[in-house]
Amino acid sequence: MQPLEFMKFALVSSALAFALSSPANADGKLTVYTYESFTSEWGPGPKVKEAFEKQCTCTVDFVAVADGVALLNRLKLEGTTTKADVVLGLDTNLTFEAQQTGLFAPHGIDTAAIEIPGGFKDSIFVPYDYGYFAVIYDTRKIANAPYSLKDLVEGDPKQKIVIEDPRTSTPGLGLVLWMKSVYGDKAGEAWTKLKDRVLTVTPGWSEAYGLFTKGEAPMVLSYTTSPAYHLIADKTDRYKAASFEEGHYLQVEVAAQTVNGAKNPLAAQFLTFITGTAFQDTIPENNWMYPAAKTSNPLNPAFDTLVKPAKTLTFTSEEVAKDRKAWIDEWLEAMSK
Amino acid sequence: MAASSMKPLAGGLALAFLVILAGGSLLSLAIEAFRGSTEGFAAFDSYLWRVARFTILQALLSMVLSVGFAIPLARALHAEQNFPGRAMLLRLFALPLALPALVAVLGITSIYGRNGLLATFFAWLGLDIVPDIYGLTGILLAHIFFNLPLATRLILSSLDSIPEDYWKLSAQLGMSNWTQFKLIEWPVILRNISGVAGLIFMLCITSFTVVLTLGGGPRATTLEVAIYQSLHFDFDIARAVSLTLLQLCLTVAILGLLSLAGRPTEEGISLRTTTRRFDTPTWQQRIWNIGLIMTGFLFVVMPMGGTVVSGLKADLSRLLTEATVWRAILTSLVLGATAAALSLAISLSLVIAREHLATQRRYSSAGLFERSLDLGASLIMVVPPIIIGAGWFILSRHFIDPFSLAPFMVVCVNAAMAIPFAFRILRPSWDTAANRHNRLCDQLGIAGWNRLKIVDWPILKRPLGIAFAFAMALSLGDLGTIALFGNDTVLTLPYLLLQRMGSYRTADAAGLALILAALCLILMIIADRGAAGLAGRDNHQNG
Amino acid sequence: MAKSVTEKGVSVRLNAVRFDYGNMAMRFDVSIAASTITAIIGPSGSGKSTLLNLIAGFEKPLGGSIEIDGIDVTTLSPSLRPVSMVFQDNNLFSHLDVASNIGLGRRSDLRLEEVDKVEIQAAIQKVGLAGKEGRKPEALSGGERQRVAIARALVRNRPVLLLDEAFASLGPALRHEMLDLIGQLHKETGMTIIMVTHHPDDALRLSSTLLFLDNGHIIASGPARDLLSDDGPALLRNYLGSKESGF
Repeated sequence: MQPLEFMKFALVSSALAFALSSPANADGKLTVYTYESFTSEWGPGPKVKEAFEKQCTCTVDFVAVADGVALLNRLKLEGTTTKADVVLGLDTNLTFEAQQTGLFAPHGIDTAAIEIPGGFKDSIFVPYDYGYFAVIYDTRKIANAPYSLKDLVEGDPKQKIVIEDPRTSTPGLGLVLWMKSVYGDKAGEAWTKLKDRVLTVTPGWSEAYGLFTKGEAPMVLSYTTSPAYHLIADKTDRYKAASFEEGHYLQVEVAAQTVNGAKNPLAAQFLTFITGTAFQDTIPENNWMYPAAKTSNPLNPAFDTLVKPAKTLTFTSEEVAKDRKAWIDEWLEAMSK
Repeated sequence: MAASSMKPLAGGLALAFLVILAGGSLLSLAIEAFRGSTEGFAAFDSYLWRVARFTILQALLSMVLSVGFAIPLARALHAEQNFPGRAMLLRLFALPLALPALVAVLGITSIYGRNGLLATFFAWLGLDIVPDIYGLTGILLAHIFFNLPLATRLILSSLDSIPEDYWKLSAQLGMSNWTQFKLIEWPVILRNISGVAGLIFMLCITSFTVVLTLGGGPRATTLEVAIYQSLHFDFDIARAVSLTLLQLCLTVAILGLLSLAGRPTEEGISLRTTTRRFDTPTWQQRIWNIGLIMTGFLFVVMPMGGTVVSGLKADLSRLLTEATVWRAILTSLVLGATAAALSLAISLSLVIAREHLATQRRYSSAGLFERSLDLGASLIMVVPPIIIGAGWFILSRHFIDPFSLAPFMVVCVNAAMAIPFAFRILRPSWDTAANRHNRLCDQLGIAGWNRLKIVDWPILKRPLGIAFAFAMALSLGDLGTIALFGNDTVLTLPYLLLQRMGSYRTADAAGLALILAALCLILMIIADRGAAGLAGRDNHQNG
Repeated sequence: MAKSVTEKGVSVRLNAVRFDYGNMAMRFDVSIAASTITAIIGPSGSGKSTLLNLIAGFEKPLGGSIEIDGIDVTTLSPSLRPVSMVFQDNNLFSHLDVASNIGLGRRSDLRLEEVDKVEIQAAIQKVGLAGKEGRKPEALSGGERQRVAIARALVRNRPVLLLDEAFASLGPALRHEMLDLIGQLHKETGMTIIMVTHHPDDALRLSSTLLFLDNGHIIASGPARDLLSDDGPALLRNYLGSKESGF
């Protein structure tokens, strides 16, 4: 193609792209801000949209950003002018900070259907799924998987693990909180010990899991539910989660309506919908997390084979908001030596 | 009046675009920061200085090594003009720049990693060696993989500017290889090296995924990571702005030091050599040259080969029947082409205005405006896209729906990122053409549109084509910008790749990486084919 | 003119030399006597520079042989041939001064010894550049630059000197000055000189022999005065035009 024609083509087609990106405008519209893996075609998003639209005869508009943290930032940036009615995808580490913005309104719905290990009560945030952080290992490379966090920290430094950076990713922060809840004031020393086993620290989950499946390291920090994917989609039990006797750190993902959204009756209706089976059915094999309420059918048997933590570890959202910086600094200090 | 005031005006507008794009976002963030509570400006602690030191150290080392290896490789490629597959090799050399960092990182580990080809080879030999690249080694390896090909192409084109007579002279005087390098090649390389090195330095100073993933731990952290952390995780706008300014200042300082090394008369990136070599290398030299070329080839191609192998394992036939994949390909092509077109328009305006000013002033030294035109083309690279994205988001939300801005911003930022490349490709051709034709055109009264059509377009067609392909390849692989505005309706190929990766679908991701690389290669071939046709015609000169 | 044949002059012979340039098939069969000056003229693209490149060894013939002083040099590399060549431009390295540019003719690594320096000084004197040894090319006029190139050819001590339009970019007065310098050097050294030129009067001013090239072949050869007269070959007369050369 001649460059000039190419430019013409480019101009015409960019106009097309602009047209594509403008949201549809219809009465009875619900705007949901969420993270992108939720709305990707493999995620629960498309099924949730279809199911809710059938029920409400309205239009659901998903607006997706990179992850839960970006979601909160987006809200902060937009402030009171936000178009979001519902925000779906914050985790419990962020809820205190989110509440502080004053941008969220109480849900006012009945959350009796919600079952989260350790219980969950909040007037603003509605949990929709949960999972546990876990060390996933390659059974072809490791015969005796670590049985506790302590065993991981003190194990053979030749057997490496890939972890995520708490400065840039949620699982990374999860491990910092996990270590803190097990080691308390001794977390710094534990990090110094674990450091020799850490092959590398990646900016996000994808890089870490990519290195792991490429065989670069026999262990990776991920979720207890990760093996379910390999069992169901890949039909292999090669990758397993190591069960730690101190317990596993819990991540709960929540949704909430904004102050603006509280004026839209669809927002509360959607939050109720979240606690129902139509929504919950999409969670296990699309988001690869545990549903926060009953599903219409029992979970795929693969989920029964997963590690069930003996103990659930958590910090309150307030504690995380207060000490996160200091704990990350402690991690940084130990890992930079 | 038209031409004499139009050209600086065009350059001014192009520069204004860049200043507004970068400055506007910084300014809007700074204002936002002052409105909120701020403690970020004060926080230049020891952590930060350590990060700054490491940022510069790794960028300088990457730069020195990339250029250091590129010089002998470019010399070998210049000496072996009839080496079979030389043209294809140079096309392949354009690919690493277009690969998303994550793909390149996985490609590199598939060769040099603990479970890579090299480790398998050692194991096969029965050696108990496990390569350990995590740390500075891995960072440098990846940065050399990205930048060696670029540096080689740039240096090769400066070697192409050596007059044929010098090669005759060298043959006649029986110069040794070393003398040839010292007297003929080095002076030309030296003149251009600060430009090449500066570009690579800027590409490395903003490195993020490579540094974190291959760096082995938080000791390997760049300012870009700190900027991302402060804006993304801590939402400390003041700190993000001050870190960005720090990054800008450090870059300007290093570029200033580099420019002392030699006056940058940047050459373009061309595929065909225009000069002929009249010297005959000895067989030892030939073995050395071919050895170098093969080593360089393997170094660049093997990690890409890793990508290809895992890509071929993916279910390509299923991927290629998925509507989503085709939508992503189309979106990527449309955004890439638009960004490339915008990038070309801006670069050309900068190039034309700069040449115009340089011609006007004759022998007096360059003015501030002219220098800004030179510098403006590059500095945009070190303003992190997340800053531009967030800044414009804040600025625009009062007027329009920021999400509708997403494609527009992606195009603008990608265009800006490609300018340093497009500028380097277009400038030498334009300057040479202007030098040759200015007087003739003045005398014959050929100006404005007529001149563009009759005189400039035929000459610029080829570099414009190559610049377009480069700019488009670059934005095809870009991920940073789109992720910021994150809007599902603008789903690009690398974004889709990362989505698949993020939902355990590693094989799909590898397949998409292969499709992405193939697209870029096709682009380069189209650009080169067009160029080769034209160059063939140009090459028939007098005997 | 060239009566004083010294022992330094050598003959140059091209035996059925074949070469292809693009679509043009060239063939050269010519014998150039020792210690003569030969001028080559012809239209653009007729193969003048290629002929010099073949003698100097920059181009390898597809067939035939090249002899210098009766010795077959066809496969010899340029630096080993008894030949020096001066081009129209780019004879000098802009970052080296006059003495170093000339010194390259002695030692291409510039490790000059005392005896080399004496030779270089002598050559500088001969081409009339005394006192300008330390100048860079940019501080020299076009004529002076070509003098440096000729001085380098002198210190190389090769019996054949090729000039490829070496004076084409100089004004008439300067060009004549340079031609006279060449004439004088020729008398002193007895070098065999072969020059490509666009000016037939250059040939008259210096040479005993003229070669006229067209389309890769030597169409006419002989004493310049005969060929350039009104009875010369028709093709040559067409090329020169009616009285174009103005003598």
